[in-house]
Amino acid sequence: MINSFEILETVNMIDNENLDIRTITMGISLKSCAGPDIDTVCKKVYDKITKYARDLVKTGEDIEREFGIPIINKRISVTPIATLVDALEEPTVYKAVEIAKTLDRAAKEVGVNFIGGYSALVHKGMTPGEEILINSIPLALSQTELVCSSVNVGSTRAGINMDAVSLMGKIVKQAAQMTADTQGFACAKLVVFCNAVEDNPFMAGAFLGEGEGECVINVGVSGPGVVKCALEQVKGKDFGVVAETVKRTAFKITRMGQLVAQEAASRLGVAFGIVDLSLAPTPAKGDSVAHILEEMGLEKCGTHGTTAALALLNDAVKKGGVMASGYVGGLSGAFIPVSEDAGMIAAAKCGALTLEKLEAMTCVCSVGLDMIVIPGDTTAETISAIIADEAAIGMVNTKTTAVRVIPAPGAKVGDIVEFGGLLGTGPVMPVNKYSSAGFVKRGGRIPAPLQSLKN
Amino acid sequence: MKAIVTVVGHDQKGIIAKTSMTLFEQGVNILDISQTIMQDMFTMIMLIEYDSSVSINKLNESLNEIEKEMGLSIHIQREELFTSMHRI
Repeated sequence: MINSFEILETVNMIDNENLDIRTITMGISLKSCAGPDIDTVCKKVYDKITKYARDLVKTGEDIEREFGIPIINKRISVTPIATLVDALEEPTVYKAVEIAKTLDRAAKEVGVNFIGGYSALVHKGMTPGEEILINSIPLALSQTELVCSSVNVGSTRAGINMDAVSLMGKIVKQAAQMTADTQGFACAKLVVFCNAVEDNPFMAGAFLGEGEGECVINVGVSGPGVVKCALEQVKGKDFGVVAETVKRTAFKITRMGQLVAQEAASRLGVAFGIVDLSLAPTPAKGDSVAHILEEMGLEKCGTHGTTAALALLNDAVKKGGVMASGYVGGLSGAFIPVSEDAGMIAAAKCGALTLEKLEAMTCVCSVGLDMIVIPGDTTAETISAIIADEAAIGMVNTKTTAVRVIPAPGAKVGDIVEFGGLLGTGPVMPVNKYSSAGFVKRGGRIPAPLQSLKN
Repeated sequence: MKAIVTVVGHDQKGIIAKTSMTLFEQGVNILDISQTIMQDMFTMIMLIEYDSSVSINKLNESLNEIEKEMGLSIHIQREELFTSMHRI
């Protein structure tokens, strides 16, 4: 029998420390929907999604009630839509946008929070369909509410496709301009990846990869608040104790994720994919990754020592979580989305946290430059160069990196942009004022890096 | 199926009576109870057993009523949650 202390510890984690399941994401393959006629494709896509995901939200809510664990999001990820665009007869941007609208309708019909997979993987080259899909992203994201998009522009094995990087700078800029009334909100739904993973349950970067099956359940756990509270109990102790405490906590959190993932998969009659053991912050009080780093002894997140603290945290989360789940996957680590983390917001506002420091932090944590608002007059070339830098970090370190920046139209350094909900509040952060245009316009590919002689 | 009911709040008359009566009315069997006062707070943990004829939704609603009426915090959670988190 479980003892009272353990029971009350779990109840306290949920009640007071914001422990939750961040997302149950159902991956649905749309390969069977490909065809030459756009109307037929849209009908097949809609029918397939609404058939498979019909009970997803209800099942999530049932589990939430029975186990008393909050499940914040129910989402869907699909096969990269560029695959469908390539199969169309005479594909156009407008036909691609029709598919995006279909995804949006299907997502609304089944009641999920987001649907991801309006994506293309172009790390080595671009097919005509992929180029059309990428060009359609600003229109697609401005005309839909729940659709999320991602583009993979680099990988450790292929190098970085600088033509795609150059194009994505323009696309991010256009997406912001087309949603100027909501301060560039479309960019919050668009991620540019290097080494994108195929089973990520988190948005905006979720899609169902080429090697995945027909339908799968992936679960993302969260719990920065729980880790922060656990570290409060070991104030002043050495890093061995800190790492051990994070590991123990990550283990418990992940076990909960594993339980929910298995339960959801069996109730829905689909395969269980992976548990993504990421510390995903929200703007809520007590749910911040930055505050964990500060608990380790840093006055403000972003000061010297932050990268080391994050490296320890990220590694300990993985070590603790890996043993707790049969299948770990996705991004698994610590997320550092600036606008979604109360501690990061405060650190950016007071100048402790800069874009350069964030870039260094992405070398040791799970994703990249995430939810960062930059001035509205940032050029497309500068955005491309930011993407190239981040992709280079991912490529060389054999890890996933990503860029999700929002060049909010009209916003200047020091302004605050409100997105609301889980997407939070973004202080506008300065970018380097010197041009990278000559670098970006060269085009071509940066070759894949050497994987030996590592120093 | 087994579940754990936790009741935490200011001590007052009738907490155990009302909670166990509600469980009884809904056809739930109580297997074990432990109760203590921690930092002036009444804390009770019950291990309960129920079959598929019991509606978790209805049970939750009834416990919510007691929660509001007496100013308590009541949770009902499947036992597997705790065993998976605290046992390897």
